[in-house]
Amino acid sequence: MAKQGSPRRSDDMVEIDLRNAGLAAFLAWLWPGAGHLYQRRYAKGILLMAVVLSMYFFGLFLGQGHVVYASWTPTDKRWQYLCQLGTGLPALPALLQARRVFGEPKQPPLWNGFMAPPEQPVRPESPDELAEWHERLSYRFELGTLYTMIAGLLNILAIYDAYAGPFGANEEEEESDNSDKDSDS
Amino acid sequence: MIHAALVGQSSFLLWHAIPIVIGISLVYGATRHELMGHILYSAYRTALWILGFVAVIAVVLAVISWMV
Repeated sequence: MAKQGSPRRSDDMVEIDLRNAGLAAFLAWLWPGAGHLYQRRYAKGILLMAVVLSMYFFGLFLGQGHVVYASWTPTDKRWQYLCQLGTGLPALPALLQARRVFGEPKQPPLWNGFMAPPEQPVRPESPDELAEWHERLSYRFELGTLYTMIAGLLNILAIYDAYAGPFGANEEEEESDNSDKDSDS
Repeated sequence: MIHAALVGQSSFLLWHAIPIVIGISLVYGATRHELMGHILYSAYRTALWILGFVAVIAVVLAVISWMV
């Protein structure tokens, strides 16, 4: 693992200054690409931001704002949200909505139900709001969920890149160090 | 008639895989390389690999479906 702030050499033989790697990783989680922009890796930051956010928001659009929500009730464990949470800030409104719906005192969701959990209780055997979303959105609900999950998972790769540099950079560096030593001896 | 409609909808759904393949390839390339040229070349190769892999699986499934 690279020391914080130490320059890294990728396989493209480019020196990379990771600056404060922990802060960069946090920023990369908070807003996709922001960690790379903080490290002045502008092209990569913009590329990651464009790819991750466009996938996330396209998925959200397909699911009409219902595919990202936080719920962990016995009948509706939304484990997909754990993957979606990888995109950081864009997925956080779901936590606020869940707090309003499940917290005490219960409050109606904000923003016309955007990213809010379905009306409780969710009953698997009978019609409820979740079933209505599935019926109305059809395959778009699954596709929207898939897009937003993949966006979150891809951002985890980006977070690692912000923290430790490109995969394989360590081995390249060690190999080049070893070959330098061999040539010296 | 129903079969044709199902095939039509399946092929329409398949188009949704294209942005996913492009996105995964680009991010994977970006986590392996630093320079934009290398990232794009790596993404191109990864996309071809994924599409090839999916095509092989599709052919295997089609053959199994034809045999059963």
